Amino acid sequence: MAKHGLITSSIGKKLIVGTAGLFLMMFLLVHLSINLLLLRNDGGEWFNAASHFMGSNIIVKIFEVVLFGVFFIHIIYTLLLTFKNWASRPVKYFMTNKSQTSFFSKYMFHTGVIIFVFLVFHFWHFFFIKLGFVSPPQGIDSENFYAMASILFNNPVYSIVYIIFFVFLGFHLNHSLQSAFQTLGFNHNLYTPFIKSVSMFCAVFISVGFSVIPVFYLITDK
Amino acid sequence: MDFTLKIWRQLDAGSKGKFETYQVTNVSPDSSFFEMLDTLNQQIIDQGEMPVSFDHDCREGICGTCSLFVNGRPHGPDTGITTCQLHMRRFKDGETIVIEPWRAKAFPIVRDLVVDRSAFDKIIQAGGYISVNTGCSPDANAIPIPKRAADLSMDAAACIGCGACVASCKNASAMLFVGAKVAHLGLLPQGKAEASRRVQQMVAEMDSLGFGNCTNMYACEAECPKEINVSTIALMNRGFFMAKIFCEKEEL
Repeated sequence: MAKHGLITSSIGKKLIVGTAGLFLMMFLLVHLSINLLLLRNDGGEWFNAASHFMGSNIIVKIFEVVLFGVFFIHIIYTLLLTFKNWASRPVKYFMTNKSQTSFFSKYMFHTGVIIFVFLVFHFWHFFFIKLGFVSPPQGIDSENFYAMASILFNNPVYSIVYIIFFVFLGFHLNHSLQSAFQTLGFNHNLYTPFIKSVSMFCAVFISVGFSVIPVFYLITDK
Repeated sequence: MDFTLKIWRQLDAGSKGKFETYQVTNVSPDSSFFEMLDTLNQQIIDQGEMPVSFDHDCREGICGTCSLFVNGRPHGPDTGITTCQLHMRRFKDGETIVIEPWRAKAFPIVRDLVVDRSAFDKIIQAGGYISVNTGCSPDANAIPIPKRAADLSMDAAACIGCGACVASCKNASAMLFVGAKVAHLGLLPQGKAEASRRVQQMVAEMDSLGFGNCTNMYACEAECPKEINVSTIALMNRGFFMAKIFCEKEEL
């Protein structure tokens, strides 16, 4: 039999995607906690201080590399699994499959692609400026992320696209947490309903948490 | 009752198939789906043409031979039954019924609606057994088995290997089938001795046969005629990780 290790197996690849996804979800909570500082009425003092800390602390910088690595692994292994899935049914059904499934689970790949596209724009607006690949807006210091965020959120088109993106992210997260636990082998008649509720709560909390910021800018004309 | 049937016709695995449309009339609402197909086939034979090939055997929902993707669902519109248990009263008079074979790379079409499901046999051969010396019958209570374990094992053992899990899965994954077999044997003391070896061998075989990967959509559970629970997949995943991480290396 061909070599069949943990990482080369279908279940092992799913394990990698799932645990990487859980790590990314933890990062989202950290990111959200910093973004919510934009709501403070301090001229961006705390937000810029937090951004500076995230950009200069050595431990955070190491985690930044780990984060990109995990993100890369999450995408690569998802693609490997998805290509295999597509190849597993070379001739499609004539009738659309009417089997009962979770709505969001069907579109994990699609919502994943949307998240990736948005992240490219997000990097363009912030991370690439920090790295010096992209120039900051005219008259704005490259360290002043509060001013950059304010310019973007004061643009209603950007704000609405931002909110729509986080709705899609919520769809992705709603399935991902409970799915990761199932993949990790955790399915328990006592705890699985709780995990499903937590999965739903995290999806709503993260989506609403990030969306509150552009809504705040739109209604307060900050 | 009268029906219009759109049925996939394909001479053999290498031929290009297509849908043919047939009319069946005066079908009793109490006839089974296969009795309706028998009526159609008699009609086709009377016209001097080749009847529609489809898999069937026990016709009472226990053998797992029948298949058919009926109007977008494996085993038809009802849950918890096989196609042979489906009755025509479940359809509307005059309805058009679309009948397709299971679609999966691992289940190549043999002819018309018949698919080759020997991939499942290969997975069973890889590890779906326990190694014991046969002899006289042991005492029924010689090995204590917790009631809960016996119940869960029996639930998993209800799998008839029909392939509806693969047919319904967006990714043509066989993980519910393999999970059921792993759980069926691994939950009992007699099966525990080879549990780690079994799960590794069966998953390796499953991966080599061209099935897709589970994305936890649970269409398999919804369409399984024996209502096998997806907790068997979690049990298989758990056993697989434990075996890969903690078991000593051995030639599988």
